[in-house]
Amino acid sequence: MGQPCECSYRKVIKNMSNYPSKLNEIIEMLLLVSDQQERRDILIDYAERFKEVPSEIVKRPFPEENKVPFCESGAYVWTLPHADGTLKFFFAVENPQGISAKALCSILAVALSGEKPESIIKIDEDLVYKIFGEALSMGKNMGLTGIIQRVVRDAKKYLNSKI
Amino acid sequence: MTEIKDRGYANSDVLVSTSWVAEHLNDKDVRIIESNEDQLLYSTGHIKGAVHVDWTTDLNDPVRRDYLQKEGFENLMSRIGVTPEITVIFYGDKNNWWACYAYWVFQLFGHRNAKVMDGGRIKWQKENRELTKEISGYPSTEYKALDRDDNKIRAFRDNVMQHVNKKGLLVDVRSPEEYSGKRLHMPDYPNEGALRGGHIPGAKSIPWAKAINPDDGTFKTAEELRAIYEKENNLKPGDEIIAYCRIGERSSHTWFVLRNLLGYKNVKNYDGSWTEWGNLVNVPIEK
Repeated sequence: MGQPCECSYRKVIKNMSNYPSKLNEIIEMLLLVSDQQERRDILIDYAERFKEVPSEIVKRPFPEENKVPFCESGAYVWTLPHADGTLKFFFAVENPQGISAKALCSILAVALSGEKPESIIKIDEDLVYKIFGEALSMGKNMGLTGIIQRVVRDAKKYLNSKI
Repeated sequence: MTEIKDRGYANSDVLVSTSWVAEHLNDKDVRIIESNEDQLLYSTGHIKGAVHVDWTTDLNDPVRRDYLQKEGFENLMSRIGVTPEITVIFYGDKNNWWACYAYWVFQLFGHRNAKVMDGGRIKWQKENRELTKEISGYPSTEYKALDRDDNKIRAFRDNVMQHVNKKGLLVDVRSPEEYSGKRLHMPDYPNEGALRGGHIPGAKSIPWAKAINPDDGTFKTAEELRAIYEKENNLKPGDEIIAYCRIGERSSHTWFVLRNLLGYKNVKNYDGSWTEWGNLVNVPIEK
């Protein structure tokens, strides 16, 4: 992975100006890493810090309705509202070798929990490229995008329920 | 599990056991290659000394839908420190699905010193063998590759059409749901862009994973494989067969089984597979 040129860096930064601030910080950090292995290590670190949904929230077998369609790593998403209108996200990844899915879920749990649905719905599917780079297979990209789509869909649902 | 040499394979030399690999970690004539579906998996821990070959970035042309050309393959081999004399041992996740894919691509360039570690990553881990995050570097080599030969083991859509017209044998290794046209993709996998569902006319449905023992990812014995491919599906070693799946990865696993473990000499992998056939205008499809 080469050093991102300044123009593409500005373009990415501009496109994510509406993202929640914690998510912006993570992406900016990843964009500044020019070494591919270093970037992988950061993502693996997130994957290793992945915390599965606690059993107080849900027990196995996980409901199908929380399963992310088309995610080959078997990702699940739960979204819980707080009294202050913010949301908290919980995840499970059933495939122990689904490292990329765990990394993304870990990032989303850290960056989006405590945010209001109004800011979460501004996330777009380009987030997958911003985090993982452009060398993803179509299948992997679509599976990871499915996790983001599920999070945004849940945020929209809570937003609409408030209206 | 029976020893590899006692399983009755046509060519048992193409497989090595996890024990064999453990005994050859420091063998300078051996290069261990991990190839996975998930690009991050290698970096979480791999067999000591193993190098990473990523199927998306290392084996494919960066622009067009095709594999590396000769120069790209030479650069890859140079980067991972391989010469024609070095034996490469592939292993990976998902029951060696991607390992077999990489093996098949290497055969397009005639790198015959190649084997697959039976059971792949899952067996190595189940045996509690060591994994390391340490990246091993090897001195660059001068690798002179043969020109890529797409004629012997690879099929293009025109070859498939001719094969269909003469009622040749095809093996569809996707899930039964994909074969029947109920789904355009594997259960829980994304739809990678096919507009039509079904299968190539005349194709037999033999899902790739039937060749695997699910507990440890090892290949079934030759007798068990013959029961699947020959008794149940009437294939014969002399048949001309084209295998396909969605993008040619699962079918490279079946190609490996038929070509190497059962000794079928005339098997090709159609890597265009359903993402090409299911999008082609005016080609025949069965449901």
